[in-house]
Amino acid sequence: MPMKIGTEEFNSRVEKGINDGFMREAVRSAQGRLYERRLNAAEELGNWEEWRNHGEEIRRHTLENLDYYLEQLSDNVAERGGHVFFAETAEEANTYIQNVVKKKNGRKVIKSKSMVTEEISMNQALERIGCEVIESDLGEYILQIDDHDPPSHIVVPALHKNKSQIRDVFREKLGYLNTEKPEELTLFAREKLRKEFLSADIGITGCNFAVAESGSISLVTNEGNARLATTLPKTQITVMGMERIVPTWEDLDVMVSLLSRSAVGQKLTTYVTGLTGTRDDGDGDGPEDFHLVIVDNGRSKILGTEFQEALHCIRCAACINVCPVYRHVGGHGYGSIYPGPIGAVLSPLLGGYENYKELPFASTLCAACTEACPVKIPLHELLNKHRRRIVEEEGMSPAMERMAMKGFQYGAGSPVLYKIGTKLAPLLTTPFVTEGMITNGPGPIRPWTETRNLPEPNKERFRDWFRKREREAKTDG
Amino acid sequence: MGEKKIHNKESFLKNISLQLGRSKPVQVERPVWKHQPQWEVHKGASKQELVEILKKQCMLNHTDFYETDSDHLTELIEDTIGKYEGKSAAVWEDPRFDEYGITEYFNEKCSDGTFSYHRWDPKLGEQNIVLTEKADVGITFSDMTLAESGTVVLMSGNGKGRSISLLPVTYIAIIPKSTIVPRMSQATREIHQKIEKGEKVVSCVNFISGPSNSADIEMNLVVGVHGPIKATYIVVADK
Ligand code: SF4
Repeated sequence: MPMKIGTEEFNSRVEKGINDGFMREAVRSAQGRLYERRLNAAEELGNWEEWRNHGEEIRRHTLENLDYYLEQLSDNVAERGGHVFFAETAEEANTYIQNVVKKKNGRKVIKSKSMVTEEISMNQALERIGCEVIESDLGEYILQIDDHDPPSHIVVPALHKNKSQIRDVFREKLGYLNTEKPEELTLFAREKLRKEFLSADIGITGCNFAVAESGSISLVTNEGNARLATTLPKTQITVMGMERIVPTWEDLDVMVSLLSRSAVGQKLTTYVTGLTGTRDDGDGDGPEDFHLVIVDNGRSKILGTEFQEALHCIRCAACINVCPVYRHVGGHGYGSIYPGPIGAVLSPLLGGYENYKELPFASTLCAACTEACPVKIPLHELLNKHRRRIVEEEGMSPAMERMAMKGFQYGAGSPVLYKIGTKLAPLLTTPFVTEGMITNGPGPIRPWTETRNLPEPNKERFRDWFRKREREAKTDG
Repeated sequence: MGEKKIHNKESFLKNISLQLGRSKPVQVERPVWKHQPQWEVHKGASKQELVEILKKQCMLNHTDFYETDSDHLTELIEDTIGKYEGKSAAVWEDPRFDEYGITEYFNEKCSDGTFSYHRWDPKLGEQNIVLTEKADVGITFSDMTLAESGTVVLMSGNGKGRSISLLPVTYIAIIPKSTIVPRMSQATREIHQKIEKGEKVVSCVNFISGPSNSADIEMNLVVGVHGPIKATYIVVADK
């Protein structure tokens, strides 16, 4: 049941606590810290470029042979007692998962963080069959408790919330009595969630990388929740985007090293877990039943096109952490669960131009993203390709096109246009905003339009933002 | 789910082949990679140098670090359990606990009734989880140890339950010095080579670098989330 919200509700939401000032400050400081950490982690290696080159060649080879490696993966999963379901659409994936849960009489599902399950609205699908779904990643848990507030960053989902807001949410919804100290909030969540883990019938995880040669999946986390979700419940379901795969364990090493350093500046995250099939005889823990759901949901349409490299993404968020536009608008401004430069590339591909055609223009083409990307995806070039396509497909008049293109150029020399607060010169982008773009889109947008309170505020914020820039441009020029 | 284990494969993969503009390859050779920077990390470091690297990294990972010989190992374990105010422990069923005298030490420690310990027993099934969850300290050996990242690698199976390093509030890893290698690459290469030889990889390989943590609240690091809140790694000279 869609839960659309009008302007009033949006306003009262703003009054209630969403504080843009805080959000911007939070984004700024998070970006700063993550940026530093990544840089240190990269620099201490001394040959970061070599690592990036290696990451790139592995991703390229894997995607070029994706059908081969997926077949190898699925054969090996089956060999180790697991089930594999290839889902072309979100609906197919959800139906299969619902059926597994029904067959197991599952009442309670505990989840570790997974972008692809967000993308396909799996939680809602499970709730529809009367199953309780509990997010266990601390950030995701906070958002879920707060009436499904959407994530604003792919690695730090509750980045836009401050600790007193979190305390208030815990107080209001869970009867929390302690202070806003992160330690106390975290301990409280740990105790609450431990009980859920011990009583859940089914654990659902995402997958950072599957390993074709052995039918394994890997999970890269700091909190340990993905380990709990794959150790305690009797049934494990893992959902992966079809491109999240490497040929061998040797390649897994390289990708996990790149991911850890780029995402959080660690040499390795606290837990890297490689799981293969069901529990072995004599294990005593781990799942008795394992299902791997491999999701296409629009990805195959990207293969063989000039955007194929977008599928090389390992979801580290390094590009997001350096992006001046993200810094200004925050994650929610993108109207997609995939924000930042990679979101601006991927969301139109998965969700269509009709929903996301303004995103490729929400970029300064400063190339900081491309430089940060551990697998060398030419993000700013892909954004530019989108722009050209949109201009062509939208049938814009040559005059408008010129204006748009000129806009990008003259913006570069006009810092007054838009004070992003970095040394990177912003470029003017032309607004392509249409009415109601977010109300019922396919792809990444669907989760929020189905049950969550996001779309309108997003649209407002983005539009205001564009308009303001437009006005400034006019008064300036 | 019955007999059929793989669903929708043919049409799904056919679509991918189509998009890639060719038919599915029968055999793909993994290329000889042009870049292999991973082997340069701590190349040629001696065992003792690797111990030092490990020690430094453990500190960064909020992990307490000690080095000892096999004669003093149980003393150190005793101290650590004391520091954690532990009244109970859960350990793997692993012959190394006997070899290093830890089993004997625990049996003694338990004799006066003030301390209890659970040794993983696959025959007990789920009961293992219940007992481990109640324990104050989880203790395992390390199967491989990565100096660069301060990581112990735990291979599940044969009495080595996943829960031991996960459910108790504190965790102790015992690291035989011989298990230390420069980085993750050496561990994954070994796994890869075993697979190539047709061996099965264990159902769960854990790479663990210290206590669980999160920076989800305003980017403040909080040590101790879903897994252990405190961790101690002890390097011990091999027996
Ligand atoms: S595009 Fe590159 S930098 Fe951005 S999230 Fe993906 S892998 Fe990371």
